[in-house]
Amino acid sequence: MKLNIRKLLTTILMLAVGVAFILPFIWMISASLKPESEVFAYPIQWIPEELKWSNYKTAWSDGFPLYYWNSIKVTVITTLISATVSTMSAYGFSKIHFKSRDLIFILVLATFMIPAQAILVPQFLLFKYLNLFDTHVGLILLNSFSVLGTFMLRQFFMGIHDDYIASAKIDGAGHLRIFSQIAVPLVLPAISTYFILRFIWTWNDYQGPLIFIRSDHLYTIQVGIDKFSNESGELYSLIMAGAVSAILPLLIIFIIGQRYVLEGIALGGVKG
Amino acid sequence: MSKSNIEVAQIQRSSVKEKKYSMNIAKKEKWAGIFFIAPQLIGTSILVILPIFATFFISFTDWTFIQGLGNMNFIGLENYEKLLKDERFIQSIVNNIWLIASVPITMILALFLAIIINKNVYFKSFFKVVYFMPYISSIVAVAIVFQLLFHPSYGPINEFLMMLGIENPPRWLADSNWALVSVIIISVWTSIGFSLIIYLAALQNISIELYEAAEIDGATAWDKFIHITVPMLAPTNFFLLITGVIGSFKAFELIVVLTDGGPGYSTSVIVYYLYEQAFENLRSGYASAISILLLILLLAITLIQWFGQKKWVNY
Repeated sequence: MKLNIRKLLTTILMLAVGVAFILPFIWMISASLKPESEVFAYPIQWIPEELKWSNYKTAWSDGFPLYYWNSIKVTVITTLISATVSTMSAYGFSKIHFKSRDLIFILVLATFMIPAQAILVPQFLLFKYLNLFDTHVGLILLNSFSVLGTFMLRQFFMGIHDDYIASAKIDGAGHLRIFSQIAVPLVLPAISTYFILRFIWTWNDYQGPLIFIRSDHLYTIQVGIDKFSNESGELYSLIMAGAVSAILPLLIIFIIGQRYVLEGIALGGVKG
Repeated sequence: MSKSNIEVAQIQRSSVKEKKYSMNIAKKEKWAGIFFIAPQLIGTSILVILPIFATFFISFTDWTFIQGLGNMNFIGLENYEKLLKDERFIQSIVNNIWLIASVPITMILALFLAIIINKNVYFKSFFKVVYFMPYISSIVAVAIVFQLLFHPSYGPINEFLMMLGIENPPRWLADSNWALVSVIIISVWTSIGFSLIIYLAALQNISIELYEAAEIDGATAWDKFIHITVPMLAPTNFFLLITGVIGSFKAFELIVVLTDGGPGYSTSVIVYYLYEQAFENLRSGYASAISILLLILLLAITLIQWFGQKKWVNY
C-alpha cells in the first residue's frame, strides 16, 4: 500500500485535534496523581514529577469499595434483566402473529417519549407504597424495562426471514425453541451491542440512585463520588482520583467492545 | 424407492402435520405472544403508563409529599395558572431554549470532523473511539472535572486565556451571564461523539458513483459538498436535530451536579425546576403540572418530526 503524504499530514493534524479534545481526561488523570499543592500549578505539568498513587489509596479508604460493589451488582443485574425482557418482547413483537400486536407495540414505544423526570413523583409514591424505596431491587426494576432495547432488537428480529420460523414450526418446534435455538443465536451480535450500551447507561445513571436511594450503604458509585466531592471540599487531587475511578472501568469496557458499541449506535441511531 | 417418491411422501406427511397444526395455531400464537411480551408490558404499564396518568391527576391537586393522601384537594387548573405566572418557570423555559443552541453547534462540528475522518485519515476507528469517549463517561465525573477546569481564578482554562493576553476572562460557572454558556460547551463536548458516529455511517451510505459523476462534470470539492453531501445527509440532519432537541429538554444530571440551577436561576431548566419543586420544596401537585406541560411540549416536537420528515426530507 502506498503511503499518501496528504493523508498522513491530515492524520497528524487530526491527531493533535483529537488529543486537545480529550485534554479534560488527561488533565483529570494527571491531577489525580499530584500532590494537592500542584493541582492548579501553571504552566500545567502534565506528567507529575512524582506520581502520588496514595491519592487513590486515600480516596478508596472511604466508602468507595462498597459503592463500587453496589454499582457492579445493580448494573449487572439490571443489564441482564433488561436484555432478557427486551429480547423476549422484541421477538414477540416481530415473529409471533397475534391480534393488535402492532397497536400494542406502538403504545409501548410511545412511552419512550416520556422524559424520566416527568413521572418521578408518582414513581416515588409507588416505590414508597411497595417498599421499594431505598432498595437495590427498586433501583434495578426502575431501569429494567427500557423500551429502547425492544425497539432496537425488534429491527434485527424482523431481518430474520419468516420462512425460517415457518419451517421450524412444521418440524414441530414451539416458539420457545425457535426463540432460543434459532432467533436468539441469529441476532446475538445485536443483543451484545444492547448489552454493552445498557451496561454503560446503567453504570452512569445518577438520577435513579439520587432520588430512589437514601441510605449511604446503598449508594452506587455515581452518587458516591458526588457525595465524596462535596465532602472533600478543596481536596481536588482526591476528588480527581475518585472521578477517574468512576470513569475508568467503563472506558476499558468501551475500548474493548468499541466495535459493537459504535456499530450499534450507527445502525440503530440509538440515544440513551 | 426413487428420489421423487421420497419427496412426495415428505410433502404429504408435512401437509398432514400442517393441517393438525393450523387448527389451534391462532390460539397457540396468541398465548405465545402474550408470554413473550408480558414482562415488558407489565413493567412498562406499572412503571411508566400508570405514573403518567397519576401525574396528570396529581397536577390538578394541591398535594404535597408531607401530607397524607387524605389531605389531597382538587384545585382545578390553579397549578397551571400559577405556573404561567411563575417567573422562575418562565426563566427555566428560556434557559432550555438557549440550551438548544448546543444542538446545531454539535452537529456542525461533528459533520466537519466526520467528513475529514471519513476519507482523509489513517486509523479511522482510533478517532471514532477518541471522540466517543466523553459520551460514555459518567456525567457526574465529567461535571466535577469541568468545575475545576472552569474555576474562575486558578482553573487551567482561565490560566490559558490569561496567557493569551485576555485580562479579564469570564468567570464561567460562577457568573450568571456565562454559566449557561459553560453548560452549552460541556454538552457539546459530551455529545459530539454520538453525532459523529451517525454522520460517519450516513456518509458511508452515499454512493461513490454520485461523486464520480460529478467529477466527470468538473465539479469542485465545494460543489460536491453542497450539491451531493448536504442533500444526501438531510434525513440524518433531521434525526440528529430532533433527538438533540428532545435530549436538551432532558438535560438534568449535568445541571444538578454542575450548577444546581445557579448562580441564581441562570442555569435552571424545566426538568431541574421540576425536580426542585418535587423533591426539595415537596410541592408534588405543582411539580406534576410542570411534568404535564413538559410532556405537551415534547409531544409537539415529536409531531413536528412526524410531519416534518415528509415535508423537509426529500431526494
